[in-house]
Amino acid sequence: MTTPAVVLDGFGYRPANARRWAVRDIDLSIAHGETLLLLGASGSGKSTILRAIAGLLDAGGEVAGSVEVHRAPPGAAPRPTGLLMQDPDAGLVLSRAGEEVAFGPQNAGLPQDQIDRRVDEALAAVGFPYGREHPVAALSGGERQRLALAGALAMRPDVLLLDEPTSMLDPRGAHLIRDAVERAVSRTGCTVVIVEHNTDIWRDLVDRVVVLGADGVVADGTLSEVSASPAARDTWLVDAVRPSTASHHIGERLLVANHVAYRYKGQQQLALRDVDVDLRAASALAIVGDNGSGKSTLTRVLGGLAQPTCGSVSATPALINGGRLGAEPHRWRATALAGRIGSVFQNPEHSFLTDTVRDELAVGPRALGHSDSKVHAVVDELLTRLRLDEMADQNPFTLSGGEQRRLSVGAAIATAPRVLVLDEPTFGQDPSTWHELAEMVLGLRGQGAAIAVATHDRRFVDAVADQHLHLTSERE
Amino acid sequence: MSTPIALPRELGQSAYARANPLARLAPAAALGLLNVFTLDPVTPLLTLLVVACAVPFMGLSWQSVARVSWPLAAAAVTLVFVNTLADPAPGIGWEDARAGGVTAVRLLAIALPGVLALATIDPVDLTDALVQQLRVPARFGYGALAASRLFPLLTEDWRSQGMAARARGVSARGVVGRVRNLFRRVLLLLVAALRRATRLAVALDARGFAQADRSRSRPSAWTASDAAWCIGGLLAALAVVAVSVLSGYWRLIWTP
Repeated sequence: MTTPAVVLDGFGYRPANARRWAVRDIDLSIAHGETLLLLGASGSGKSTILRAIAGLLDAGGEVAGSVEVHRAPPGAAPRPTGLLMQDPDAGLVLSRAGEEVAFGPQNAGLPQDQIDRRVDEALAAVGFPYGREHPVAALSGGERQRLALAGALAMRPDVLLLDEPTSMLDPRGAHLIRDAVERAVSRTGCTVVIVEHNTDIWRDLVDRVVVLGADGVVADGTLSEVSASPAARDTWLVDAVRPSTASHHIGERLLVANHVAYRYKGQQQLALRDVDVDLRAASALAIVGDNGSGKSTLTRVLGGLAQPTCGSVSATPALINGGRLGAEPHRWRATALAGRIGSVFQNPEHSFLTDTVRDELAVGPRALGHSDSKVHAVVDELLTRLRLDEMADQNPFTLSGGEQRRLSVGAAIATAPRVLVLDEPTFGQDPSTWHELAEMVLGLRGQGAAIAVATHDRRFVDAVADQHLHLTSERE
Repeated sequence: MSTPIALPRELGQSAYARANPLARLAPAAALGLLNVFTLDPVTPLLTLLVVACAVPFMGLSWQSVARVSWPLAAAAVTLVFVNTLADPAPGIGWEDARAGGVTAVRLLAIALPGVLALATIDPVDLTDALVQQLRVPARFGYGALAASRLFPLLTEDWRSQGMAARARGVSARGVVGRVRNLFRRVLLLLVAALRRATRLAVALDARGFAQADRSRSRPSAWTASDAAWCIGGLLAALAVVAVSVLSGYWRLIWTP
C-alpha cells in the first residue's frame, strides 16, 4: 500500500470568536491519485476541510487533531496544493489571461521559460479558447472559472481541491470544468477532492464518496455503496424529487412583459432582447438559459427594479388592485411595489438590510405602515414557518447558507406580494433546503401567487414550474 | 474594470507609451505638486497650457481627454459657482468669482496631469514598476492590485443593495431619513467588502502568494529615455515657475 496523499486524524477546527466547532472528529485518509467527492449538508464543514488541506485556515482559530499532506503539515508540503473556489471573481488578480495563470508559478519563483511552458500547458488543459493576451474583464463567468482552474493547474498541484466549482455555472460551463478536471487527472495523476452539491456531473469521475454528518464521517465508500446507505438521503446521490403532478387551475393575468429589452449603462450589447412574459396567478414560470442570457436582468425588470430599455412591463388591474398606480411597476413608489411584487436575489447577503433575523422579516411590513401587533404576528408566523425562531435575534450574516436563503425568501413574502420573482434561489443549497424551497414555492403557487424563477437547476424547474421561458444569448 | 482608457490601440507605439509607467507619472507629479504649493492664477494656467501641448505627444485623443477629465471639469465649474453665490453679501461680487476661478484652475492643474498620465497606464504595468524600480514590497503591491479589481464589484453591491431596499418597500424620506439610510448602507457595504476581501486573501494565498522569492515574468525596464522623460517633466515645471515669476504673479502658499 502506498502512502496516502492526505491524512486527517481526529481533525477539528473552531474559528476565532465562534462558539461552535466548524468541524470535529474527522478521520479521513485520501490515497494518492484518488478522486474523492466530499458531501454533506451545508454547515457540515466541507469547505473548512478543504482549506485545512490547503493550509489556509485562519491562524486565529483553534485546531484539534492533525492534517498531513504527504506526511508534512499542509503549508510545508513538498508539492503544492491547488484550490478552486466557487466564485471565480474572488480569485482573479491580473488583467490578462496569461499573466493570471502565471501568478502562481511566479510566486513559486520559477524561471521564465518554465513559467511560459506551464501557462501554455494549463490554458490548453482547460480548453481556454483565447490567447494569453486576452483581457480577463471580457470573459464570461464560465470562462473565468476555467481560467481560475488553469491558474491552479499551473502550479502543478499534487492535490487539487475544488470547492463547489460549478455551482455558479450554467450546465455547459459546468461540463467544461468537469472535462478540464478529468484531463488534468488523467495527465498528472493528481489527487482530487471535490465538494459539490450537484453530484451528477462528477459521477463517472469519482473513485470514492465521503459523506459528512454532524458527528464526522457518516458514510465512506464507492458511489454505489454510499448511494445505498442511509446517509445518502441528505445528498443528491438519491433523487428524491417528485415533480408536482397535482393539476391545478391557472388564474388571472397579473404581470405582462411585451418585447422587453435591456441594456446596461455604458454597454453596447443588449443584456436582454425582445422577451415576452405573461405571469398568471397560481402559476410558476421557469426562466432558463445560459450564463449571460439575461435571466437575472429579466428578474430585475419583472421585479419593478429596473426600467426596460425597450418594450414595456405592465401590471394588470388585478395586481394593481385599487391602488392609484400606473401600469409600470418600475415607476411605483417602493411601498406600492413591496405590497405587490416581491424579489428574492441570487446572493442573500446582498439583500440584508438589518442586524437581526427578526428585524429583517419586519422591514417590509413596517415600511408598508402596518401596526406593531400586525408586524409581530406576521414575523412570528414566518419565523416558525421558516424554522428560524431559534436564531431570531442573530445577525443574518452569521446564518448558514441554507438559513440565509430561507430568510431572504421570508423577507420577500412578508408583505404578501401576489407576484414573487426569484433569481437562482437554489444556488449552492443542500437537498434539505432545496426541498423546503420547492415546498414553499409550490405552497405560494397553490395560494394563488404568480411565481417567476430564473434558474439553471433542471430539477427545480421540473418540481415547481408549469410554464417555461428559454432565453438565448448572442455571445459564444 | 481597471483597464487603461487609451491603451493599446490609441497610444500605439509612441515614445511615451513605451516609457516606464513611473517615467510617465514623473512629469505629471512634478506639474501637479508645483500647483499644490502655489496660490497665483498664472502658474495653474501655464500648467494647463503645458498639459494641452503634451497631449498629442502622449498619444491621447482629445476625445479620451474629455472622457477622463469631465468629472474634474464639472467640479471646477461647481467651485466657481459656489464661490460666487455662497457669499452672503447681496449681488454677485467679482472678487468672489475671481477667487472661485483661481481655485478651479488650481484644482484642474493639480489633478489633470496625473489623471491623464494614469489613463495611459495599465495598472499591472504600474504595479510591476512600483515593485521592481521603487522596491515596494510585492505582497503590498500585488495585493493592492488584486483589491483594486474589487472596486467595480463594490458598485454592483451598492446597486443590488438599493434594489433590495426598494423591493421591500424601504425608501428614505426627509433629510434625516436619507442620512440615516446612507449611513446604514455604507456600513452594510463595508461588511460585504470585508467578506470579499477575506475570500480574495484566501485565493491569493492558495496560489502561494505568501512566498517571498517571486520571479519576475514581466521585467520592468528603466532606460535612458525614461530618465529623459523625468528630466523633461522637471524642466517643464521649472519653465512654468520661471514664466510665472517673470509675470510678477508668482505666489507660494506660505507667502503672506
